[in-house]
Amino acid sequence: MFNYYLKLGWLSLRNNPMLSLLMVAAIGVGIGAFMTILTVNYTMSGNPIPQKSDQLFHVQLDSWDANDPGDDGFEPPDQVTYRDSMALMRGAPALRKIVSNRSALVLEPEGEEEMPFTVDVRNTWADFFPMFEPPFLYGGGWDDAADQNSEPVVVLGRELNEQVFGGGDSVGRTVRMNGMDFRVVGVLDEWLLVPKFYDVTNGPFAETEEAFIPFNLAIQQEFPRSGNTNCWKAPEGDGMEAFRNSECVWMQYWVELESAAQKAEFTNWLDAYVMDQKALGRFPRPLNNQVLDVVQWLENQQVVDDDAQLMLGLSFLFLLVCLLNTIGLLLAKFMKKSGDISVRRALGARRSDLFKQHMVEAGLIGLAGGILGLGLTWLGLEGIKVLFGDLVNNLTSFDWVMMLTAIVMAILAALVAGLYPTWRATQIMPASQLKAQ
Amino acid sequence: MLSMQNISMVYRTDTVETHALREFSLEVAEGEFVAVTGPSGSGKTTFLNIAGLLEKFTSGRYVLDGKDVSALSDAQTSRVRNEKIGFIFQGFNLIPDLNVFDNVDVPLRYRGFNSAERKRRIEKTLDMVGLASRPKHLPSQLSGGQQQRVAIARALAGEPRFLLADEPTGNLDSAMALSIMELIKNINDSGTTIIMVTHDPALSKLAGRNVHIRDGQVSDLDTDVQLAEAING
Repeated sequence: MFNYYLKLGWLSLRNNPMLSLLMVAAIGVGIGAFMTILTVNYTMSGNPIPQKSDQLFHVQLDSWDANDPGDDGFEPPDQVTYRDSMALMRGAPALRKIVSNRSALVLEPEGEEEMPFTVDVRNTWADFFPMFEPPFLYGGGWDDAADQNSEPVVVLGRELNEQVFGGGDSVGRTVRMNGMDFRVVGVLDEWLLVPKFYDVTNGPFAETEEAFIPFNLAIQQEFPRSGNTNCWKAPEGDGMEAFRNSECVWMQYWVELESAAQKAEFTNWLDAYVMDQKALGRFPRPLNNQVLDVVQWLENQQVVDDDAQLMLGLSFLFLLVCLLNTIGLLLAKFMKKSGDISVRRALGARRSDLFKQHMVEAGLIGLAGGILGLGLTWLGLEGIKVLFGDLVNNLTSFDWVMMLTAIVMAILAALVAGLYPTWRATQIMPASQLKAQ
Repeated sequence: MLSMQNISMVYRTDTVETHALREFSLEVAEGEFVAVTGPSGSGKTTFLNIAGLLEKFTSGRYVLDGKDVSALSDAQTSRVRNEKIGFIFQGFNLIPDLNVFDNVDVPLRYRGFNSAERKRRIEKTLDMVGLASRPKHLPSQLSGGQQQRVAIARALAGEPRFLLADEPTGNLDSAMALSIMELIKNINDSGTTIIMVTHDPALSKLAGRNVHIRDGQVSDLDTDVQLAEAING
């Protein structure tokens, strides 16, 4: 009977195209608006590294001013000071650990005709690559010796490698940045982390850096920093040395811990370190270290911010309004079919037969609305891209999960909208209609 | 075949109580062709609706084909309608979106027949009413008489034992009416019990028995004189 109901549904829709179109449009517009916002929220709230998000931990130390509550009144600073990061890199017990920050370097291409351009660079440690597992096109990351010896090595992003070396295997070749020749040890494949969890402070939806170089080298060469720097008191003295010894926070510190025991050992060590620092006159606030895994860290940072959730709520309300309109239109349509319904009742249709028939018709409207909604979602996401540009480029991709969600939601929405009109249709008394036909 | 005992039907609003049928009793034997007459508002349509299980009555007992159908559930009532009763309406009541074949198919779908059996029955009944060559026509492409023939084919496709006809020729010219009445008579001759509501004394004469309803009560009329008096008031 399902095929029969499909046929009747199709005939009914075709019989009154304007009304059908209105219902499909109502559902399509509602689904389009809701799915556009949902897609952005879904991408924002995704787990960027599901295979090991519970083993990677962001570390915060409360080194802030005793008289200033810091972020939100309770939270330690998001980043760490240089002196603490170095101490943690030296002594903290962890499977892997990195500290990193951003720089903007000027790359000088080899050709005389080519103009220098600025490259977004991440200064980090060898462990960055095995910890965050970026895909390599050629070569790999550098080794610990390169960190210890501040070697001028670089891992290029795919786009930069295409720009400088035409996309070929550039391992072993050199690029010149800020007047220094860097030996290419690896080239990454396309690597888009959404959110970019390892540096939420500088933008959770920012593009991945174009190149990666050893942190120690960046410090040694005093490459300019391009990320956020926050200080609760001014450095004591002038120059880079004073800045490094200051209480300014400007680096992100991550560790990889494989078990609860490793995490306990790490946090104990961290607490002991802070207590030692307190004894030296630092860390005036109460002990408040935080070691959060990737998901906890993204929640802590409210990567999906309140405005986005408010927009999601509003788009859902809009979908409800569209559904209310659909209910009204369906009611009008089904009541108009009271003669047809009465004849079917007289010929032996049960109420349940008519209920199924009309729910299938509502489902067909939902399916058509879902397909329209998909198109409108795509348009909506393109519109967001046009309005906000590169800032949201990574948030507006529409994967097959969301496509399926849009279709299923549209069908469910139409079925819910069809419940009352269908119930009313089944309650029609056939005797009153048959004589009037 | 049909036995109604002391059936009452009262329509109530906040202020008015209307007795459509009062202590209405009627027996119809298997194979009978009964014409029901009566003035407007006498209760003919209410009787037909109750006989066809399209309406519940207020009190009384109704036995159809040996089974008490006074208090059946919706599903049971629908099943009895589908299997035992065929309807022919004055306004044909064909479904305009469906072609002739699909209109006749409607009751068979609810009966649960497979497609081969449905096709066999549809072709047989369309042949019987003389429309075998027009299965793909829409109702709007047929004359009134042809539409009524489709409605008769639809009523007969399920091979019901009991046919209810409400002014079956009311919307047709006299030539068409005569041909439809011949068809209905033939159906009765083949053993189907028929109850037909009509205003036309000439048509009621074709029935084997005439029943007159006045003020919701029934009287059998045995002679032409009685019949003419009843219809003319």
